[in-house]
Amino acid sequence: MIIDETIRKQIDALRPHFPSEQALLLPLLHAIQAKEGWISRTAMQEAAQFLQLPLARVVEVVTFYTMYNRQPIGKQHLQVCTNVSCFLRGADHLVACLEKRLGIKVGETTPDGRFTLSEVECLAACGTAPVMQVNDDYHENLDEKALNQLMDRLEKEQRQ
Amino acid sequence: MNERLLTRNNDVPQSHTLSVYRALGGYQSLEKALEMTPDAIVEEVKKSNLRGRGGAGFPTGMKWSFMPKNPLDAAGQPKPKYLVCNADEGEPGTFKDRLLMTRHPHMLVEGMIIAGHAIQANRGYIYIRGEFVFEINRVEQAIEEARAAGLLGKSVMGKDWSFDLVVYRGAGAYICGEETALLNSLEGKRGEPRLKPPFPAQVGAFGMPTCVNNVETFCAVPTILEIGAEAFAKIGTERSGGTRLFCVSGHIERPGVYELPINIKLRDLIDHCGGVLGGRKLQAVIPGGASAPMLRADEIDVAMDFDSLAKAGSMAGSGGVIIIDETACIVEVAARLLKFYEHESCGQCSQCREGSHWLARMFNRIERGGGTEDDLNMIAEICSNMAGQTICAFADAVTGPALSTIRKFRSDFEEHVRLGRCPKKATDHYHGHHDHHARARL
Repeated sequence: MIIDETIRKQIDALRPHFPSEQALLLPLLHAIQAKEGWISRTAMQEAAQFLQLPLARVVEVVTFYTMYNRQPIGKQHLQVCTNVSCFLRGADHLVACLEKRLGIKVGETTPDGRFTLSEVECLAACGTAPVMQVNDDYHENLDEKALNQLMDRLEKEQRQ
Repeated sequence: MNERLLTRNNDVPQSHTLSVYRALGGYQSLEKALEMTPDAIVEEVKKSNLRGRGGAGFPTGMKWSFMPKNPLDAAGQPKPKYLVCNADEGEPGTFKDRLLMTRHPHMLVEGMIIAGHAIQANRGYIYIRGEFVFEINRVEQAIEEARAAGLLGKSVMGKDWSFDLVVYRGAGAYICGEETALLNSLEGKRGEPRLKPPFPAQVGAFGMPTCVNNVETFCAVPTILEIGAEAFAKIGTERSGGTRLFCVSGHIERPGVYELPINIKLRDLIDHCGGVLGGRKLQAVIPGGASAPMLRADEIDVAMDFDSLAKAGSMAGSGGVIIIDETACIVEVAARLLKFYEHESCGQCSQCREGSHWLARMFNRIERGGGTEDDLNMIAEICSNMAGQTICAFADAVTGPALSTIRKFRSDFEEHVRLGRCPKKATDHYHGHHDHHARARL
């Protein structure tokens, strides 16, 4: 089961705060993704069963929101903002550097499954542009040097 | 230059903790509010001339007064009322709510408890964008501290009134910043805006009367009760009280969040932030988040309040000020914005779904040198079929950057068409993969 005891408890704790079961869907999907890294068809079926919702309700929500990954992604999800303020501060150059360094294009995952590279829309950190989110963490005021230092660190961490 | 209200304790270490917030006078406004009647609080906020800081600039006190006093359901039972905080910050160029939640989460909590008392709700939701993991943890910690201290829960500060707050995490959708889309999302649905009326004050979250305000709006409430509505109103203009958190980004020497009088001149704001990056020449400014029509460099002697910017043909929006210097290609900036809108259109209304898609393709084509004179005229035509034709204001927002750039920077577009390429590409350092087609042609 993807929805295990931990997730079950997490969602049960939220239940008293909401007047409907469906309101628990977004938190449930977040919990599933935190465990699995993505939302599989099986996960959607389990979610529908757990909240007693039609499967279509779950599928339409998973496909609406960009944060829910519908395919497996790398251990580190590199998400570079390329919206206006980051673009004006050199975000495209960061994307080019990452593509070169990792040997993949935007939207792809390295063959070893360590990194996925994505372009994302505004992360609401424009004052410290350009910005890249790696999994849950924001990395701000990046330039080529800071980006390479960060990537060195992430690669080293993964080897350990 | 001015008095800071919301951000005056930005540099105080541990300002996000309850003990420091209280040591700085926090929750005294709540104490005061609990001695007031709900109506008196609404009146005070009305008198302060506080206008919503999320983008629309609607008078906050009036919004609160729309909430029904004792709503009953069909069986004659009292209906619950909900208070909702819109913390789905995502209008490109806007990053003030992130600062408030990081440094001053208790200011938000206090503002919401006061608002909850004013509209007589028992539950509030804080809808925070899903990417803000750090901020979500910060706000949740503040809620827990407040609960433990008896500021939230069954009996707020020992009074006969219960109020509690819960954080709801979004999942990546710009449209959820639109308040009815946010309510759908809070109900665990697709974030598609709802037809209005009914307005949220009648039929909001879970079908119940609901009041939705932005983070900065709630954060202004404790200050209003602290310094008094008159003093707050006096800081702003006749129709818009208080300070505003301006988010300045792009080609500016010192980007960041600046709390300033709401009617500061755009020119002074730019100077206040150290001027254009590298002393270069200003080309354009987006004064109120991506949806605000662009201003040319010769249009910056305008005050930044809601009414003045509207009169100047733009809008104050969310307070996101994006500075664009002469090195940038305006067509490329516009193309980037339209790609964003294409990505974020919820797809519910055909005018918006198709229009934002066509506009994104046309702007991209023009930028890459494949545009025609016809394209330039077609853009205005598409926009006229979008604005005011849809369920929410998203389609209108798309036309902001589209129309303002093509009108005010027409010669730049014409030059792209004439040359069959971007005239600025050869000197620009910042172009990677997006523009390899354009580059190959050079």
